[in-house]
Amino acid sequence: MPATPIKQVTGKGVFVPGDDIDTDRIIPARFMKCITFDGLGDYLFYDVRKTESGEDKKHNLNDPRFAEASILVSGNNFGCGSSREHAPQSILRAGYQAVIAGSFAEIFFGNSTNLGVVCVIASDTDRGIIAKAIEMNPELELTIDVEDHKIWYGDQSVPCEIKPGARNSLLSGNYDPLDELLVGAGDVAKTAGALSYMQA
Amino acid sequence: MGKSLFEKVWDAHAVRQLANGQTQLLIGTHLIHEVTSPQAFGMLRDRDLKVQYPHRTFATVDHIVPTNETVEPYSDPLAQGMIEELRKNCADNKVTFFDTNTGHQGIVHVVGPEQGITQPGTTIACGDSHTATHGAFGAVAFGIGTSQVRDVLATQTIALNELKVRRIDVNGTLAPGVYAKDVVLHIIRQLGTQGGTGFAYEYGGTTFDNFTMEERMTVCNMSIEGGARVGYVNPDEKTYEYLKGRPYSPKGGAWDAAVERWKFFASDPDCTYDDVVEIDAALIQPTVTWGITPGQGVGIEENIPTVEDAPTQSERDSVAEALEYMQFEGGSPMKGKKIDIAFIGSCTNGRLSDFQEVAKYIKGHKVAAGVQAIVVPGSQVVAKIAEELGLDQIFIEAGFEWRAAGCSMCLAMNPDKLIGDQLCASSSNRNFKGRQGSPTGRTMLMSPLMVAAAAVTGEVSDAREVFGFAPVGV
Repeated sequence: MPATPIKQVTGKGVFVPGDDIDTDRIIPARFMKCITFDGLGDYLFYDVRKTESGEDKKHNLNDPRFAEASILVSGNNFGCGSSREHAPQSILRAGYQAVIAGSFAEIFFGNSTNLGVVCVIASDTDRGIIAKAIEMNPELELTIDVEDHKIWYGDQSVPCEIKPGARNSLLSGNYDPLDELLVGAGDVAKTAGALSYMQA
Repeated sequence: MGKSLFEKVWDAHAVRQLANGQTQLLIGTHLIHEVTSPQAFGMLRDRDLKVQYPHRTFATVDHIVPTNETVEPYSDPLAQGMIEELRKNCADNKVTFFDTNTGHQGIVHVVGPEQGITQPGTTIACGDSHTATHGAFGAVAFGIGTSQVRDVLATQTIALNELKVRRIDVNGTLAPGVYAKDVVLHIIRQLGTQGGTGFAYEYGGTTFDNFTMEERMTVCNMSIEGGARVGYVNPDEKTYEYLKGRPYSPKGGAWDAAVERWKFFASDPDCTYDDVVEIDAALIQPTVTWGITPGQGVGIEENIPTVEDAPTQSERDSVAEALEYMQFEGGSPMKGKKIDIAFIGSCTNGRLSDFQEVAKYIKGHKVAAGVQAIVVPGSQVVAKIAEELGLDQIFIEAGFEWRAAGCSMCLAMNPDKLIGDQLCASSSNRNFKGRQGSPTGRTMLMSPLMVAAAAVTGEVSDAREVFGFAPVGV
């Protein structure tokens, strides 16, 4: 069964500045000593938000003005490093539905799309405009229009990019591929049958 | 027109096209570990699905295992819970598990090759971004997320977009004291941490022809640090020689047939690449990272860059952020930074040849006062052979701690971690903020011999000077 199609994401935004925000930063490894993803939302960007003694640092992610945000706005090469799905899982479980960045690391992008976390690319200039607009008015609603490749902020918009495969998956609600992969079982057996190393 | 290895392997494993345009790709070999698989088994249970091809999944435990206690229960109950969960999932689903009592446990990217599970012309996936390591054998190996681990368990396939292929030719002879680690740090410095996004990296040229299999693994291992999910070297006689006689390698008559098949997969001489990069091996220096991404490296003789030198505002911001975190001054020499910890190990540089090379030079040297130096073999097999050769005693006599196998301080999910803002000379693969377990801990990536040089002098040093190599360069 396909999930509900994701054509748009609407919500308030929060700006997390910096390029090369890696998945260790999104969810430090010490919080991965677990056998389910439950509760990971509490540790999203933990060391970005907290001092070593556990107090809040001055950061947008701790600022009550952005407490209701559901869209992250960040820099280039977002999600680089580890393949840990704990990263998009923690983003989702902390209440975020989308990330706007200059570019995404490939494994992170795929992991996020599979979960229905929308990842779109916008230029440095356009992200700067959005970050500034959010800072001026934290209540501002952003809408990522997956179908039209646009990010609306108030009544203005900037263009954004999303990979065609991911876009199709989100729009059709088939972003979790498991059901479709299961349907191919007969073809899988044929492909496997032709490969000597696959034989038991 | 000829095809690249990537294209041939892709074609042989492509099952069908999916509605969104992606390919359903057969994953011949699936490797799992305790951190990214338990949730996937849970998802299978939730949907009442079973492991479709259990004989093609192999498990080991590496990230959370302590390296200084081998008796269970471990002092960390969370670690104990994770190993028990993996044990149960493997037993319930008839998956082979290289458990700690088998003598074959170790880092997943060390175990696969040494068992002969990693083979040319195959597809491999693992819930770990350093899976490209297996590309050293001419496999196409993907790091995947946990939902994809679920997909492989349930269907032996994943949904993927085909990658472009960039050929990276490194030609010439490396100077003494320059290693595979320096080659890959140099490549990432040149092409950037996201230069490889959307590409498979095919490494070749005379430098790679001359590399051992373990050196090829070191380079392929860090492909993802340059943004490339896949990295590989075409298989050759060295590849077959390495695999011959390994526990899971084909035997008897099947061996010759397998070698013929493997030869077929090597890139054709007339294939075309989406991009080609050429690098002169003679220009590569022992390289050390000064910042918080693996691309922020310099040659040992160079100074750390300044904010002002960076050409764009976003790069200036990145340099400033890295210098502040690392507590380094822009323009200061890389040499001479005082270290607290030295770590030799990881899936990048935790193989037998890494320890043999260092052991050749450290006799008669002592770890400097105030420095803790730990050596962590990549697997129980590596540890056993190293101990038979007496390498452990050489390290211990020089003041290093010789530990049990695991990922250890590469990502510090076990008790081996930096404290506060300790500065670590590390043979691992990532220098991200907080990577080695302390939110303010600092990591400098370098070759194992450069780590040893830093350990014995107490500061970042040129291993060629410390260990009396013949004068090099000018």
